[in-house]
Amino acid sequence: MMEKNHNISDLQLHTGVEVMRCYQCGKCSAGCVLASEMNFPPSYLMRLLQTGTRENLDKILNSNSIWLCLNCENCLGRCPMEIDIPKMMDYLRTQSVRENKLHPDSKPILAFHRSFLDSIKHTGRLYEVGLVAAFKFRTFRLAQDLAVAPVMYLKGKLHLFPEKFNDRKRMKRIFAQTIENAKKDNQ
Amino acid sequence: MKIGYYPGCSLTGSSREYNESVVALAKALEIELVEIKDWNCCGATAAHVMNEELSLSLPARIMATAEEQGLTEVVVPCAACYNRLKMTQHELKDDDKRGRVTEILKMPYQGSLNIINVLQMLDVYGAENIKARVTSPFAHKVACYYGCLLVRPHSILQFDRVEDPQSMDSLIRVIGGSPMDWAFKTECCGAGFSVSRTDLVAKLSGNILKDAADRGAEAVVVACPMCQSNLDMRRGAINKTLVQPIDIPVIYITQAIGMALGIGATELGLKRHFVNVEL
Repeated sequence: MMEKNHNISDLQLHTGVEVMRCYQCGKCSAGCVLASEMNFPPSYLMRLLQTGTRENLDKILNSNSIWLCLNCENCLGRCPMEIDIPKMMDYLRTQSVRENKLHPDSKPILAFHRSFLDSIKHTGRLYEVGLVAAFKFRTFRLAQDLAVAPVMYLKGKLHLFPEKFNDRKRMKRIFAQTIENAKKDNQ
Repeated sequence: MKIGYYPGCSLTGSSREYNESVVALAKALEIELVEIKDWNCCGATAAHVMNEELSLSLPARIMATAEEQGLTEVVVPCAACYNRLKMTQHELKDDDKRGRVTEILKMPYQGSLNIINVLQMLDVYGAENIKARVTSPFAHKVACYYGCLLVRPHSILQFDRVEDPQSMDSLIRVIGGSPMDWAFKTECCGAGFSVSRTDLVAKLSGNILKDAADRGAEAVVVACPMCQSNLDMRRGAINKTLVQPIDIPVIYITQAIGMALGIGATELGLKRHFVNVEL
């Protein structure tokens, strides 16, 4: 019983979400645009959490559901109990990375997020050409967007070089003190 | 009227026509936009998916810089940036989080800025003033598409109605257009999956466009660069999922108003779209 409660109280401590408030009305799953692509929809995920067992938590951390959540917040907007599922998803994704329980579907999504953050860490602002190049390198999807990119260039939508940003030192510091610090704690 | 301006990364790159139309419209309405000096990326979806402190520190640096510059109100045209800035302001009302973030930044942060989106800026300026300047009424039937990030979560953003928002629809009426009732006003287009899961974006954006087209929309009007690029730039991928290809354009509200005010197509960036704008 102790261990059971521990799983939920950790989540509540970090997100403020009380999973026991969910009474399984299913509005979140009905409104979720990607529910049909998920291993299980958000209301089912809530029920798994309510059981409080490690086994069910692992099922969630191993699932594609947490990665396919777009944080569109439709579930939160419609939840009669105002349960912040998107915030919980952020927490569950972090846990899934930390415990190395990634579903194969998470790979391109994570690769994109990592490429995105690398880009702003180095240049302060998003450098789209660098982002897509890094993403291709991470996923070996070399043919990605070969049809779209030349049109973007012709329409003046692509910068060939990063934008000028001066406060790079502080940007490095922000990354060092947050995401890189968290990685170190984890090792 | 003078107001702070945070364009954000999309508006300097793949969605530069949004920036061009915001700037051209502000000029026409005599609103002076003061850009935040040396602004950085807000971190977007990537930061809050990967690390909470990072997702708060990046927008906090932007807002601390604006405060240092003496700005009191900042308009943020990108719905994703607008959402991140507002959410950060909300989270940093917590003393512990604010303490930690100011320690990371080594910058003072008051949290006093009024962060507004483009629709709010136009509202502050006044519908009557816009109406008085219309030279060629925008006589088109359109679907106003708000997406997720402008309206949710309502408890924090406190902007418009969460299920059936009306602010863009009202502006379209002001310039002589006919906004229509439709079912996908606030459904998600697939947002940040544009590169990583283009297949899902094609499916979700296809559903949105199909409903708009089936009801006879001549165009979809948006106020978010992610919505625009998914519905426009991804049209090739979208049409592969549909039986009947859809060719209606996707324009920004600032472009629609600009057209009604007689601003030229090039100045409004109307030639940068993938789907030709012939309205």
